[in-house]
Amino acid sequence: MKAAPAYPVISVRNLSKSYPLRSWWGGKADVFRAVEDVSFEIRPGETLGLVGESGSGKSTIGRAVTMLNPPTSGTIAFEGIDLARLSPQALCRTRARIQTVFQDPYAALNPRMSAGAYVAEAFRLHRPDMARSERREAVASLFARVGLDPHFLGRYPHQFSGGQRQRICIARAIALKPSFIVADEPIAALDVSIQAQVVNLLQDLQDDLGLSYLFISHDLRMVRYLCHRVAVLWRGRIVELAESDRLYEDPRHPYTRRLLAAVPLPDPAAERARLAARETTNPAPGRPGDLVEVGPGHWVAADPLPEETDR
Amino acid sequence: MTGSTTRPPLLDVSDLAVSFDTEGGAVHAVNGVSYTLAEGETLGIVGESGSGKSVHVLAMLGLIPRPPGRVTRGKVWFGGRDLLALPERDLRRVRGGEIGFVFQDPMSSLNPGMSVAAQIVEPLRIHLGLDQRAARARARDLLDLVRIPNTKGRLDQYPHEFSGGQRQRVMIAIGLACRPKLLIADEATTALDVTVQAEIVALVQELRREIGMAIIWITHDLGVVAGISDTVQVMYAGRILERGPVDALFRDPRNAYTLGLLRSLPDLSRGRAGRKRLQQIDGAPPDMRTPPPGDPFAPRNAYATPRCRAEMPPLSQAPGAAPGHLVAAWYDLPALLTREAAQQGHTP
Repeated sequence: MKAAPAYPVISVRNLSKSYPLRSWWGGKADVFRAVEDVSFEIRPGETLGLVGESGSGKSTIGRAVTMLNPPTSGTIAFEGIDLARLSPQALCRTRARIQTVFQDPYAALNPRMSAGAYVAEAFRLHRPDMARSERREAVASLFARVGLDPHFLGRYPHQFSGGQRQRICIARAIALKPSFIVADEPIAALDVSIQAQVVNLLQDLQDDLGLSYLFISHDLRMVRYLCHRVAVLWRGRIVELAESDRLYEDPRHPYTRRLLAAVPLPDPAAERARLAARETTNPAPGRPGDLVEVGPGHWVAADPLPEETDR
Repeated sequence: MTGSTTRPPLLDVSDLAVSFDTEGGAVHAVNGVSYTLAEGETLGIVGESGSGKSVHVLAMLGLIPRPPGRVTRGKVWFGGRDLLALPERDLRRVRGGEIGFVFQDPMSSLNPGMSVAAQIVEPLRIHLGLDQRAARARARDLLDLVRIPNTKGRLDQYPHEFSGGQRQRVMIAIGLACRPKLLIADEATTALDVTVQAEIVALVQELRREIGMAIIWITHDLGVVAGISDTVQVMYAGRILERGPVDALFRDPRNAYTLGLLRSLPDLSRGRAGRKRLQQIDGAPPDMRTPPPGDPFAPRNAYATPRCRAEMPPLSQAPGAAPGHLVAAWYDLPALLTREAAQQGHTP
């Protein structure tokens, strides 16, 4: 591992995203706080894992940092530039360097567009000056880079397996030489025997291209394997953030402990022992408190604050 | 639970084969699956999509749509009858009666327009012939059994008023309503959060101790299977590639696919500094319209021999392995691993 430079690729400050709730008969307008006051940064070449139960706000954060679904408040700075201050044209140019890989590659692909055309579209949109032959060459080399046979350029999405489709999506994501990729459950829809292939590919691309990842996943085993640091999200707030080894070996927040204690172990004796000794500590109800540093780079939410609204 | 017994097995699946007719030709989803399940035994079935793990139980229960599905051969003995030969009327009495089942997505299995009470009461009245009062009382007991708090008030609520984990608990309550001898859970915790999964798994373990039913637990998660199974069965491309007592199978895998699955999982106890590249299984599962002629895993298997590519090995006792540890392989995996370790100059 190279020592990461000090400045972050992406810096998220006090990000909140809420959605208005309105009763049918026009009652009191309330808001649902999907994400509240979340701050983190990701350094060049670093992978930050984002874990938490469904509905905890993981994907909301993923869509907010790429400005696919801009936040209600807070700032997102990419390589030091506040994305909210950019003109639409400048945002479009910057976005080429921030990419997303989604959970379901079949839904992400266009069924009527060949795999080659889909990857080439990135160049057609962002590099219109590129000559056709140059473009074709670039796409073929991207195919080779992600482990796809360049002979498959003319094939359509339904002719590929799930793992190959995710490779196509990754090829398009890296086409414009991004420095930051949001990977939102990139292996969740893939077969077990294919998951390691895609994780190895993501790791190789990071090593070769110096990419930074926000890796959103519910697979706590893969998160420990792939991520340098991990943020645990609960009820829309980060309740713990630490180096991944530290988080897995010394979890402090009750929710983190509960989450890690729930991971099944592929070893019969160890798994039976885990089931027998299951920890059932529940985090106190209410809104998680602000983060406090309990060790170098290890942040844990303080005791819950009184509930403001019923979430 | 898998010890020798003179009693006939609870379930005896014999040479079951299922295919689906599609425009691109017949998809051979299940290709000759045979196994037995003892009373009170928990069988974990592991496999990925297309392995036939779900289709074969749906076929057993007469739940595959026909057409396009077809059971092309086989017998499924349960309680002295061949389920595949039963008329639909009789099969309906078995489903939800002696055999309960829980599927992956509770929201699509539950009827959104029917209260939870009505959905639990229905099988009780049909299968056990209880009157409305008795069935309601039993429904309340069942929700207690699956640990849904404040049962009385919740009985008349609708599925959308329950959380995902609670809906799956309701499904389990329905599955257990008629005290089945066999509960089939097909990816029952896959859509749930890991913390909720842990609760459901613990619940099923407790219920098994209380009720003593046999369980077929179908999943792709080797971790879940490790903790709850007596016997584990690994399926791939519509076949059983390996089957054995849980400890033996995890400690001493005999099929290269099982070994590949176990090795591809990152070690949760290993820190980032000491980690190695994940051992991936290259390639992808075969197209079941044109399954490879021999061992279906051979094209992805570095240990495959020419015979593997030509001829399907039978599922039989693995030499030198625990009794009842069966494998379908022409190669001798332990010998190959020992040789590999010797070549690399260290022991595995």
